[in-house]
Amino acid sequence: MVDVAIIGCGVIGAATAYQLAGRGVSVLMLESENDVSMGTTKANSAILHAGYDPRPGTQMARLNVRGSAMAKEICQKLDVPYRQIGSLVLAFSEDEMDHVRKLCRQGEENGVPGVKVLSKEEVLAMEPNLSKEVCGALYAPSAAIVSPWEYALAMAENAVLNGAEIRLETRVTGLEKTENGWLIHTDKGDEKARFVVNAAGVDAGTVHEMAAEPTFETTPCRGEYYLLDKCEGSRVEHVIFQCPTKAGKGILVAPTVHGNLIVGPNAQDIPDGGDTANTAEGLAYVAQMARRSVPEVDLRASIRNFAGIRANTDRPDFIIEWAADGLLDLAGMKSPGLSAAAAVGEEAARLLQEAGLGLRKEENRIETRKKFRFKEMDAEGKAELIKQDPAYGRVICRCETITEGEIRAACHTPIPPRSVDGVKRRTGAGMGRCQGGFCGPRVMEILTRELGYDPLKVPQDQAGGLILTGCTKQGGVRK
Amino acid sequence: MNQQFYDVIVVGGGPAGLAAALKAKETGAEKVLILERDRELGGILNQCIHNGFGLHHFKEELTGPEYAGRFIAQLEGTGIEVKLDTMVLEVTRDRKVAAVNRTDGYQVYEAGAIVLAMGCRERTRGAIGIPGTRPAGVFTAGTAQRYVNMEGYMVGRRVLILGSGDIGLIMARRMTLEGAKVLACVEVMPYSGGLNRNIVQCLQDYDIPLYLSHTIVDIRGKDRVEKAIVAKVDENRRPIPGTEMEFDCDTILLSVGLIPENELTRNAGIEIDRRTNGAVVCENMETQTPGIFACGNVVHVHDLVDYVTAESQRAGAAAARFAMGSPSSGDALELFSGEGVGYTVPQRLRLDAIDKSVEVFFRVRAVYRNVEIVAESGGVKLAGYKREHMAPGEMEHIALPKVLLQRAEGPITISIREAVK
Repeated sequence: MVDVAIIGCGVIGAATAYQLAGRGVSVLMLESENDVSMGTTKANSAILHAGYDPRPGTQMARLNVRGSAMAKEICQKLDVPYRQIGSLVLAFSEDEMDHVRKLCRQGEENGVPGVKVLSKEEVLAMEPNLSKEVCGALYAPSAAIVSPWEYALAMAENAVLNGAEIRLETRVTGLEKTENGWLIHTDKGDEKARFVVNAAGVDAGTVHEMAAEPTFETTPCRGEYYLLDKCEGSRVEHVIFQCPTKAGKGILVAPTVHGNLIVGPNAQDIPDGGDTANTAEGLAYVAQMARRSVPEVDLRASIRNFAGIRANTDRPDFIIEWAADGLLDLAGMKSPGLSAAAAVGEEAARLLQEAGLGLRKEENRIETRKKFRFKEMDAEGKAELIKQDPAYGRVICRCETITEGEIRAACHTPIPPRSVDGVKRRTGAGMGRCQGGFCGPRVMEILTRELGYDPLKVPQDQAGGLILTGCTKQGGVRK
Repeated sequence: MNQQFYDVIVVGGGPAGLAAALKAKETGAEKVLILERDRELGGILNQCIHNGFGLHHFKEELTGPEYAGRFIAQLEGTGIEVKLDTMVLEVTRDRKVAAVNRTDGYQVYEAGAIVLAMGCRERTRGAIGIPGTRPAGVFTAGTAQRYVNMEGYMVGRRVLILGSGDIGLIMARRMTLEGAKVLACVEVMPYSGGLNRNIVQCLQDYDIPLYLSHTIVDIRGKDRVEKAIVAKVDENRRPIPGTEMEFDCDTILLSVGLIPENELTRNAGIEIDRRTNGAVVCENMETQTPGIFACGNVVHVHDLVDYVTAESQRAGAAAARFAMGSPSSGDALELFSGEGVGYTVPQRLRLDAIDKSVEVFFRVRAVYRNVEIVAESGGVKLAGYKREHMAPGEMEHIALPKVLLQRAEGPITISIREAVK
């Protein structure tokens, strides 16, 4: 019997495990997919919001501001790509200026540091590539950009290093209350836990209903994106939002920590929370709306489209409450879920402690992580690193300059990759303009060598999405 | 970190780099270095195991590896240095090259002249924005070719090919020969993007249908591709509702264009032509940065390697001459792309550096029959070249004699005109 079982290892589950592990309790993470961060965590705007959006007094408001501040510290400790670049909410009319002023007051009330309303001239001085139609903007200097999957992975890895256990490709199928906790049925056998945390994202409603009467309804909402080549990466220097209009919530344009430009998302309610397809209409809408903020943005520089699902519910706030005795829901983690994640984890730990979990202050907790990022090093650093380990002298991903050393290191982390895209999330190999066309086969080769996988069973991303279908006629003889 | 000097450094050891290095040496450059990022020389030719290479250059039909092998064999005894598995990280305008590999670590080399020969990469799904899910089983044709021809793995059983570029056509045949079922090749344009001989030999010979003016409008499947929806497009390349066809396939190969790989070039601040996505070059393949030359698919995408070789030999010879202290100079005439012409290479001509004539390469924007390629300057026709048939999939070239160029009074424009009967 473990003390806490966490169902779902997106950023919320990872943040919760991070808060609990190494503090005198046993933690088990159960994830149905073959990696951390496979749901909403890997497909969103990659932004840590400043916190002026949520209505004052809500959990969203409090946890957003707190979570964004915690994220800054955690990213520093765990070496996660993070940049505090500030955000602008553009107004294109006097009505929208009113909205911007309202957001500013809301921000002040929520305790967001440094929010202020800028004039047209001030905005254009900060961002010369914005539309000249802009009337003014809200500026929030504390908004930041982050690599969401690296953030989740870093927290999950840290939890594992501090004693937590993770079971990937393990889907929870049922929950049964026992005398002193819960019996968790999974497709890989049963587990017992004193406490269960439901961090199942879009599926949190399903998990809740395994043990309790429904208290909320999930209404998945899809958002589609463009990711643009690095040649567009400095088109803007801040996160550029629009005011919500009758036509929709507005499209953002922002740099990413990897040097690209992200453009999106639209918002479309969909019946199936697993439907992350892109649509021609959705992408066209995103493109059209993005040009409203940044007329020159070159969408022909697209290197990838994707879509993510917001775990919206019929309730306006996050759902952080006991679903049943010993079963804690962390549900409805729509935007600003990523921003709030660290604080949600902290809140979960507090609630579990109040319920008698018995967390202790642990002295020997591993608190930091260091990764070599070859391309970010200076010439001397590169020379020295290759001298120590020649594998850093072999560049595997030519678009992103990712070395064999980095990919090999990723293979031997606490949560090793199980797919080619798992390597991408950990190292950046395959994230560039050729999208893994050149390095894919070589990443596959390193994965199979380092981890003993059968190439014919290595998926591109999720389990089941196999890359290869067999050997060629002569390849079959050789193998 | 010690700095070493070479007369000519060639970035890339594919067909362009090999020809440039050999010619540079032959022209008199003493120390020549090839930096190749892959584990062997030959570049993409190594995975092109089909025949059809060398008909112009060697007057015989070779496979890709054989064609590359001829040049690799010529390296023997020349003293040309080769560093494999070596990635160039930076090229500077003052002709320094920073590179890394396992054995030498991080090195900065100085060069008398540099030849850029990095080749090109394939356009991806993300670049063309095909709607639908994002399952495994969508490959660029070249990546599939590498898995099949070099790694010995199959990438699919029921295949749909989007785009009729040459690699896609070649892979249609290759996958068929390996036992896969190739359902169709789908091309958004009303004409093929590949060589006619490949349409015949790779599609028609195997009864693989080619759907012109069609495209994929939806990809379905969660883990692996399960279906592709194909629709006819109108003259503006917009899908026409009601024309959808469903293909049950597990694999989609993309052959939707090649892009010269010029990140090093751009970072060095070398002028790039927006039409070719390659460097702007002069008659001898020198970029607009003195002493830095470029050749092969990094300048413009070729369809025949033989022309890559010829172009790269010009670059190699000129690089050697530059390194030995005789750079080309003089005023440059600009070459403009007029009606029907997508681009020209070279884009600038220095008359002083031209011997008898200069070859100009270009692609046309549409399919033409019975037309004339016209070179004119200031409204005066300098030369005309009749053609019965031209298509965007086939690179064209004309030789402009120096005597005609000398009559130009400013920029020269190359255009396509109705032929005068």
